Amino acid sequence: MITRRDFIKYSLQGAAAIAIPALTIEILNPSKLFASKDTKKVRWGFLVDTQKCVGCGFCVRACKLENEVPYDANVSRTWVERYVVTKDGRVLTDSPKAARDGFTRNDPAGINIKKGDIEKAFFVPKLCNQCENPPCVQVCPVGATYQASDGVVLVDRKWCIGCGYCIMACPYGVRFFHPVYRTAEKCNFCYHRITKGMKTACVQACPFGARLIGNISDPNDEVGRIIRTERVTVLKDEYGTKPQVYYRGLSKEVR
Amino acid sequence: MKSHVLRPLYVVIGIIALVLIIRGFIVPKDFGVYDRGYMYSWYRKSNEDEWKAFKVKHRSSEYCKDCHTDKYSSIMQTPHAIIQCENCHDPAIDHPENPPKLSINKSREQCLRCHSYLPYPTSNRANIKAIDPDNHNPDIECVMCHNPHKPSLEGFKK
Ligand code: SF4
Ligand code: SF4
Repeated sequence: MITRRDFIKYSLQGAAAIAIPALTIEILNPSKLFASKDTKKVRWGFLVDTQKCVGCGFCVRACKLENEVPYDANVSRTWVERYVVTKDGRVLTDSPKAARDGFTRNDPAGINIKKGDIEKAFFVPKLCNQCENPPCVQVCPVGATYQASDGVVLVDRKWCIGCGYCIMACPYGVRFFHPVYRTAEKCNFCYHRITKGMKTACVQACPFGARLIGNISDPNDEVGRIIRTERVTVLKDEYGTKPQVYYRGLSKEVR
Repeated sequence: MKSHVLRPLYVVIGIIALVLIIRGFIVPKDFGVYDRGYMYSWYRKSNEDEWKAFKVKHRSSEYCKDCHTDKYSSIMQTPHAIIQCENCHDPAIDHPENPPKLSINKSREQCLRCHSYLPYPTSNRANIKAIDPDNHNPDIECVMCHNPHKPSLEGFKK
């Protein structure tokens, strides 16, 4: 005869034995793994032309206003670097206030360089590379930084615990803490715009076409065509992160 | 084995089970592993939609042209046609409803972004019509002499 006490005990054990796997193994279920696979393929890529960029900084201004990054805080999702290489081999770089107000003086890194001493000088816009193998995603312990199926790396503000691993893991230094949300922040290719068929705010604001965005898996896409047929470079190729921001006319001084 | 040995073990197992059960209720249904497996796409799917719903602020000159046809068509005749209205007038957001009036940046700094001469070879900056800000009418706003919608001096009416 089973006692009432044993009956309750066994029932609870049985219920727990069923409940635990049902509630916990879910995230390991392989059938769910490919369930959401999107068949119409989109892969967002970016193209930067360092010759066309004039360092006006309209892109940085537009980005900050569009994406609600506090205008006067010393952080930005994108920035423009100035490179001045002198005839005697010095490389001077700067990006004051992320170049939000543009470059109006010939004083790279606060040093006045005479016109005759300049070997070459140019501007390099930078932003998150939406890497194909993003280390920032690999290290995120809570699944807050992730890669969507169109390749864009997004940060879930509700899940980010602010541990800063992603900021340490990104070899390009494009991540920072958002001063208001206090979560990891970075460029997401204006996900709210590109998914509606618009250009990113920086691409739209650039008067010189120095920035372009496109769906590089579309055979008719201009950005994809240039990447496939012209000489383009990526930053820090040796890390194997496979950046999807491509540069035209990048010279070896740029890191 | 005697139960006093096993009892702490039961307690531990019980706590673990409790934590896992609570976790099962807290973690949203769409938090899971998607296309590229555990290493790259382990996330809450609905966050994609949250980002898609983020407010668009810059509307582009195309959005301005229907109401401000005169301004739009005059600037289109000038080299400034390549500049978005919102680069000087701030993002339109819900304009005209809200904000009803946009600000205008008439500062000298705004013009110097492109028109301060920088001798930079291998950059198109060197090819833009430019001035030396220290010698070209320092201390007055460019808009005193140049109309940004018609920047050449011939277009300037007193
Ligand atoms: S550039 Fe940095 S933040 Fe962007 S995807 Fe690559 S590793 Fe992540
Ligand atoms: S708006 Fe275009 S030209 Fe100006 S700094 Fe940005 S990328 Fe360069």
